[in-house]
Amino acid sequence: MMEILQILLSESFWAASLRIATPLIFGVLGALICEKSGVLNLGIEGIFVAGAMAGWIAVWAGAGLWGGLLFAALAGGFFGLIHALLTVPLGLSQHVSGLGITLFATSVSYFIYRTALPTATSPPRIEPFRPLDLPILSDLPFIGPVLFQQTAMTMLALGMVVLVWYVLNRTALGVALQAVGDNPDSVDAQGLSVYGLRIGAVVAGSALMALGGAFLTMSAFDAFFFGMVNGRGWICIALVIFASWRPGKALLGALLFGAFDALQVRLQTEVGAMVPGQVFLMAPYILSIFALVIAARKADYPRALLTPWFKGQR
Amino acid sequence: MIRIEPRAAPSRLMTVGIPVLSAVVALALAAIPLAFAGAPIFPAYAQMFHGVFGSMFSFSEMLTRATPLIFTGLAAALAFRARLWNIGAEGQLYLGAMAAVAIGTGVLDIPAIFLLPLIITFGAAAGAAGMALPALLKTRFGADEVVTTLLLNFIILIFLQMMLEGPLKDPMGLGWPQSAPILDQGMLPTLMDRMRVHSGLILALVIAAIAQFMLIRSVWGFRLRAVGENAAAARHAGIGVKRSLFGVAIISGGLAGLAGVSEVAGLKGYLTADLSPGFGYTGIVVAMLAGLSPAGVVLAALFIASVFVGADSMSRAMGVSSYLADLVVAMSLLCVLVGGFFARYRITRSVRVAS
Amino acid sequence: MQKVLSLNGLTKRFGTVLANDAVDLDLHKGEVLALLGENGAGKTTLMNMLFGHYMPDDGTVDVADRSGHMAPLPLGHPQAALAAGIGMVHQHFTLAENLNALDNIVLGAEPLTRIRRDRRRARAKIEQIMKSSGLIAPLDVRVGQLSVGERQRVEILKALYRDARILVLDEPTAVLTPQEADALFENIGAMTGDGLSVIFISHKLREVLAFSTRIAVLRHGVKVGEIATADADEKVIARMMVGADTPVATRDKMTPGAPVLQLKGVSVRGNSKRDSLSDITLTVHQHEVVGIAGVSGNGQTALAGLISGLGRADNGMIVIDGVEIPRPDPKVMITAGVGRIPEDRHHDGIIGAMSVADNMVIERLDDPEIQSYGLLNRAAIRANADRLIKDYDVRGPGAEAGARLLSGGNIQKLILARVFEQNPRLILANQPTRGLDMGAAADVARRLLEARARGAGIVLISEDLDEVLGLADRILVIHDGQLHEAGTRDRQAIGLMMAGELAGELTKEPT
Repeated sequence: MMEILQILLSESFWAASLRIATPLIFGVLGALICEKSGVLNLGIEGIFVAGAMAGWIAVWAGAGLWGGLLFAALAGGFFGLIHALLTVPLGLSQHVSGLGITLFATSVSYFIYRTALPTATSPPRIEPFRPLDLPILSDLPFIGPVLFQQTAMTMLALGMVVLVWYVLNRTALGVALQAVGDNPDSVDAQGLSVYGLRIGAVVAGSALMALGGAFLTMSAFDAFFFGMVNGRGWICIALVIFASWRPGKALLGALLFGAFDALQVRLQTEVGAMVPGQVFLMAPYILSIFALVIAARKADYPRALLTPWFKGQR
Repeated sequence: MIRIEPRAAPSRLMTVGIPVLSAVVALALAAIPLAFAGAPIFPAYAQMFHGVFGSMFSFSEMLTRATPLIFTGLAAALAFRARLWNIGAEGQLYLGAMAAVAIGTGVLDIPAIFLLPLIITFGAAAGAAGMALPALLKTRFGADEVVTTLLLNFIILIFLQMMLEGPLKDPMGLGWPQSAPILDQGMLPTLMDRMRVHSGLILALVIAAIAQFMLIRSVWGFRLRAVGENAAAARHAGIGVKRSLFGVAIISGGLAGLAGVSEVAGLKGYLTADLSPGFGYTGIVVAMLAGLSPAGVVLAALFIASVFVGADSMSRAMGVSSYLADLVVAMSLLCVLVGGFFARYRITRSVRVAS
Repeated sequence: MQKVLSLNGLTKRFGTVLANDAVDLDLHKGEVLALLGENGAGKTTLMNMLFGHYMPDDGTVDVADRSGHMAPLPLGHPQAALAAGIGMVHQHFTLAENLNALDNIVLGAEPLTRIRRDRRRARAKIEQIMKSSGLIAPLDVRVGQLSVGERQRVEILKALYRDARILVLDEPTAVLTPQEADALFENIGAMTGDGLSVIFISHKLREVLAFSTRIAVLRHGVKVGEIATADADEKVIARMMVGADTPVATRDKMTPGAPVLQLKGVSVRGNSKRDSLSDITLTVHQHEVVGIAGVSGNGQTALAGLISGLGRADNGMIVIDGVEIPRPDPKVMITAGVGRIPEDRHHDGIIGAMSVADNMVIERLDDPEIQSYGLLNRAAIRANADRLIKDYDVRGPGAEAGARLLSGGNIQKLILARVFEQNPRLILANQPTRGLDMGAAADVARRLLEARARGAGIVLISEDLDEVLGLADRILVIHDGQLHEAGTRDRQAIGLMMAGELAGELTKEPT
């Protein structure tokens, strides 16, 4: 018990929690924007891979770190656009299209990687984002190491939470987005474009997801590996439901998740001898399923989620 | 102004033609990545074709590859027919494979003839159990089965590693994480000398035929289709929706489990953590290409298997990454989706006569 | 009078169906024009072209601008219609239920690129409109929690907020009590005094005669007549609508037999008030039609759910033919001899992707005539379908075609065929004629009365008071989850009960 308490009080534990949570924050926010507009985006897992690959390869080719992020976001937006075109104007199954995007984005990324580096046994490394060193802020006790010695991408993720919350709740665009996910006819009757709003939301949401992937190759690690996304996208889909489609709760969910993951890594070193390591590896996925089961009953789904809308048919 | 109008009824020609056309388009689109990789395009296609149809052996390899895809394709097709999104066939496949090696490596002292039927039964049951849990979470708690089955895939894969390093580990395996081999009497017999194609293929074809017949002609199939097409009306008409969903979940999981049995007891003989290169996920593509018809699953599985085997051969010969095959598979899914749209709707432009 | 709108030769085809054939229509300032016609006559299609939801195949629209000059309206763009001062209130509300009324009203009126919203100014303008029009609605409550009447006022406020000078209302009173409807028309009257012009779609002759200034009638997509309301009476208009006198179903007097359905002290605690019932008691006898009148959302869904087996009671007893049903579900109710005609026939009544023949046997899959050893008897299913299609005059592309290809009236015939063929002891008819044209509606009424003559007990749930008055032997009013014997056939008194005033209170002397 004392060990757990010690872990929970340590700076490094909370810093690790936030670091692990960062890609999930991007992913959950991205999925949230898509679903708020009424479109489920199961392409998320593949878009994570595409973001990780695109960001990394752009930096490797000399685009610079921020150029890499831009490139990752564009790649995510590209796959999001395909998903949006298939599911919004064509009204195809969001489930199947999303899985198709995941297969497509993953295989495109792997193919490009293998074609660019046919023989590399260990991938070339890039110079990733470094932890920040801000005057005063980074030197604050506890808060400094936890919050202000993270990389710029973590700051960006936290900023995105505020931005997404503000846009959804305080701007005309956000109100329209919430309306189109509840009743597309309400938007159409007021002269706004249902297609435009939904396609825009899916593209923007997918770009955010791709940043989550880019964090893996440009901040958490410094290279691209096959299978490195490892279900993080699917976890985000579960977390959105847990978060009831609210940005603040999405942050909370991602942080809880990060904290749990950080805790299990540390516990593993304490009690690793008694339990096989895989039990700890399974924990995040089991936790996600639990979160889903708990939240599912009272989940306040966007009413028009999964329902296609065709202009001039009512 | 462009309008989308539903067609009265998709014609028979379209129902068959569109998947075929989608497959051809997806194959043709492979020219783009081929060009990107700098390979000569037509020789590459020729090599792919040769890699499947060039010899009896390569053709039998294709059949071998198609066998698990028929099982996972059927698993997806039946579940999707009822609008039950079982995306967990990959995990269920490994559950079936684990059950097969758990029983098949000689822990039970039973007469030899019973071993294979027992392996098949337990493998199917293990897969079924793997889908029963998400189905239960869906019907009892309303938890979305898409997410739960996807996450279960990861859990099962980690569980598999744990088993292969623990209880199922081969003591003679020189420390590799792999199971002991299945006893000879527990193996599915091969069909031809010096070829790997095995009787799992026969089993898959028989099950596909039964599934096709039951889906169209039985009351069970009627209920399944009704639940999938309109669950509210089915419930109103006195059909037990949850029961139907649970039933098809068991069958779907069982079929995915059989894919694992077939791979481990028909082909490999022992279990490793890389038994399946994503057969569970590819089964979804197979099912969609098949228009969710069990008979179509067989044809779609043969096509997808040809793509994999052909691309492998081309990849070896020309040095193009074999991920090209995954790319074609993903593109055929997207193409058949779009094709399905044009089967159901027509796009018309209302032209106004200037007055 | 100054002209504000003219539709010139508007034509619209859907596939081979001619929904509107060269319709001309003028509207003048301050006028209340009633657009009348049967279901499927093309009223809504015409208005959807005016508002830009549909693109006409031919024809033009001219609208007066603020200064009164007529100018052509760009077609196919709701945005253009809004800008020209045309507001439309759809029959199915187009409100986002997760937003409050204020956001719904302002939605689309401010540019999406604007970073900050000026909610204070918007609120001031809406309050000003509420004051001058008399249409009051709470602005800060999520629309999902508003009553139907409040939602409709929000819909109208939406149009007025966009400075509508022409207001189109599609069946505005379908969901209101008679009193609410009267109040709405009073408000409309006040607004036309301020220069608003109104077109309202209806098929209720009574309110058309009472509140419009002019009447235009559509039949089969063609405008068949126009008449000043002062010169019209019910007979004249009905003939214009239908093209001939309609046969009226006649109800012979019958002596009720033994009770077939008894609900005793039944309560249902639903998720919301709309699907709850509190302590209701209801008895339906053989040879009896019991009409349940009420405004939608007062517990009809719960009551229908109970009788059709979809819902469970939290308290009380359900007895059918003298036998208590302890655990009702749809199958149990079907077996007990209950025939169910669902409210939403597309959603609950048929499986559109399956064939007409399959839909006709879907409630009797265990019947040995339909299956043996779990295998379907295709020949029997087909023979059954051919017979029912003939007997019930189900018109469409045939027994093997998908049921979704049938028209609304023929879908209802399919359901009637399925239900009546089993000779049910009790029939639940939930909004059985909603959306049907007069001919099809008369057919449904005739079939229900035939079943009554045969000895069935019938529960008729309807929002159309005239239908209840025409068919029911006994009338109960449902309000707020409670069921009360009306004890009268007076529409004014029943209307007040629908609004929640108990019969007892009406007769109470002022003290």
